[in-house]
Amino acid sequence: MRSLTFRRSGSTRVLPGFGLSMGISVTFVSLVLLLPITGLFGQLSTLSLAQYWAIISEGRVVASYLVTLGAAAVAALVNAVFGLLLAWVLVRYEFPGKRLLDALMDLPFALPTAVAGITLATLYAGNGWMGELLAPLGIQVAYTWVGIALAMAFTSIPFVVRTVQPVLEDLPSEIDEAAMSLGATDAVAFRRVIMPHLWPALVTGTGLAFVRSLGEFGAIIFIAGNMPYETEITALMIFVRLQEYDYAGASAIASIVLFTSLALLLAINVWQGRFVRRLHGGST
Amino acid sequence: MSIQLHNIAKHFGRTQALEPIDLDIQDGELVGLLGPSGSGKTTLLRIIAGLESADTAPTAGRILFGERDVTHVHVRDRRIGFVFQHYALFRHMSVFDNVAFGLTVMPRRERPSKGEIRARVLRLLEMVQLAHLADRLPAQLSGGQQQRVSLARALAVEPDVLLLDEPFGALDAKVRQELRRWLRRLHEELGFTSVFVTHDQEEALELSDRVVVMSNGRIEQIDTPEALYRAPKNRFVFEFLGEVNHLEGRVQDGMLRCGDAQLNVNLPDGDEELLLRPHEVRLAPSFESGVHLPVTVTAISLVGAEVRVELEADWLAAPWLATVRHADFERLKIHRGQRLYAHPRQWHRFKDETARPRQAPAS
Repeated sequence: MRSLTFRRSGSTRVLPGFGLSMGISVTFVSLVLLLPITGLFGQLSTLSLAQYWAIISEGRVVASYLVTLGAAAVAALVNAVFGLLLAWVLVRYEFPGKRLLDALMDLPFALPTAVAGITLATLYAGNGWMGELLAPLGIQVAYTWVGIALAMAFTSIPFVVRTVQPVLEDLPSEIDEAAMSLGATDAVAFRRVIMPHLWPALVTGTGLAFVRSLGEFGAIIFIAGNMPYETEITALMIFVRLQEYDYAGASAIASIVLFTSLALLLAINVWQGRFVRRLHGGST
Repeated sequence: MSIQLHNIAKHFGRTQALEPIDLDIQDGELVGLLGPSGSGKTTLLRIIAGLESADTAPTAGRILFGERDVTHVHVRDRRIGFVFQHYALFRHMSVFDNVAFGLTVMPRRERPSKGEIRARVLRLLEMVQLAHLADRLPAQLSGGQQQRVSLARALAVEPDVLLLDEPFGALDAKVRQELRRWLRRLHEELGFTSVFVTHDQEEALELSDRVVVMSNGRIEQIDTPEALYRAPKNRFVFEFLGEVNHLEGRVQDGMLRCGDAQLNVNLPDGDEELLLRPHEVRLAPSFESGVHLPVTVTAISLVGAEVRVELEADWLAAPWLATVRHADFERLKIHRGQRLYAHPRQWHRFKDETARPRQAPAS
């Protein structure tokens, strides 16, 4: 009976190609995403729980977590502010060079991160253009966590801009006009009417930027200076383990990054789903 | 509060959206701005609201609300209520919070107390018959309900004038009819001065105390609905206010001819175009001397108080529409493909002064 109803529901599907496209998608996801993750777990299985704990709780590694999380948090917050501003400018105003600025937003995606890292390191080193300007003020960027945050911010800003931009484009200008016609000042209209609409996208974009920063390696490695306990990031710790052919150790640390990222992504998705349902009245 | 516009004009870039316009609206009046799309009616409404600014060159116009010159007053300080075609409700706020918005954003000194805001909002929701939906989100309401929320929201701040931009344009016919009647009643009760934009002549004629007919950025006629319908000033107004049949031909010796059609008219020789409303066309099985307008029935619509009959003939550029009483329809046994003769009860004629070309945009 069951197989009969199943077949009938299958034959009534109007859109063609479900079997083929779904099959290819699943194969692709398995090869590109699931297989490497399985490999990672395979490596992990060679460790006992105590060994695993010893690796991930080693002082130098824990310090790298803090550096990475701290710098990523700062980078994400900075990106939240400037990404929102950039999206706002790109959507709400007309100005010459708008198209160019819009295209530039994707540069961090297109540029090899190592190139970005080298460029930033050169610019902000003590004798670089920016470094020379900042040095008399007593600000050192390269080889400090500020440099790490800067590199993270550079590589992850498109996430914020590109998630906020379409939402802002969808927001009719009538909404602000309505708020203003009711006597709201610009600040109040922004805070009470526009921000609540952008909020989910902004949080999502910031979250994505944060997760991206946690795993960033190429752009950071040149500017970080990589001083143990001070400017070493977690991705570097994995790299160091790999260079020592300690695959299990590398996998252990990598699993921490993986779980943190996955948990964050999941949380963002669930939260955003609830918000969107509320806004569009799915819960009637 | 009365509204006076002096010499209000508007350009968007180099195109002229509004020619200089003067308009006086009395205190408590309900005025409809009627015109086809692109006639400048919405632009005019938005200028009154302060959402758009009028041209300041070559001559600056003035907008007065009562004695108050609001030409340079920002929209938030004009004390207007604005209702948008697509409601523009705040989707993340409940119905209650939407209506309360205007009160809660008042400067602290003028803001009513929480309890008073609550009472006022509930009273307004009662008035728009939505009190039971106060906690819902806009997305959970129908279009008609959303538009009523939007109206309550606009009225909450007790505006001097209420402006509505195609308020019923996005609703279906039945709801539109209902809301129209309801707005009329509300206006009679509260007596606010109100201007609304519409492209629906029926809506404008039914709702307004006076109608402003616009086309191509200028005012064609301002009159009461009755005067407008009975005595349209020009051809545009006549054509826009209802369905029109055209009869084009050449007059010679008091007889208008067009193919094998003939009509006795008392006009000087020359090319003429006559206009007839569908109810001014009578149908008969025979012709009379001086009236020979043979037509063929091509379509019949029985719905409504009258039967609508579509007529074609080779002397007609576009088909005519005639409305026939059901009794006559049965007496004549009208059916598709039947040959009949049209008899004008009355016709209209407008001299070409209205077809003046649009002014070239000032550069």
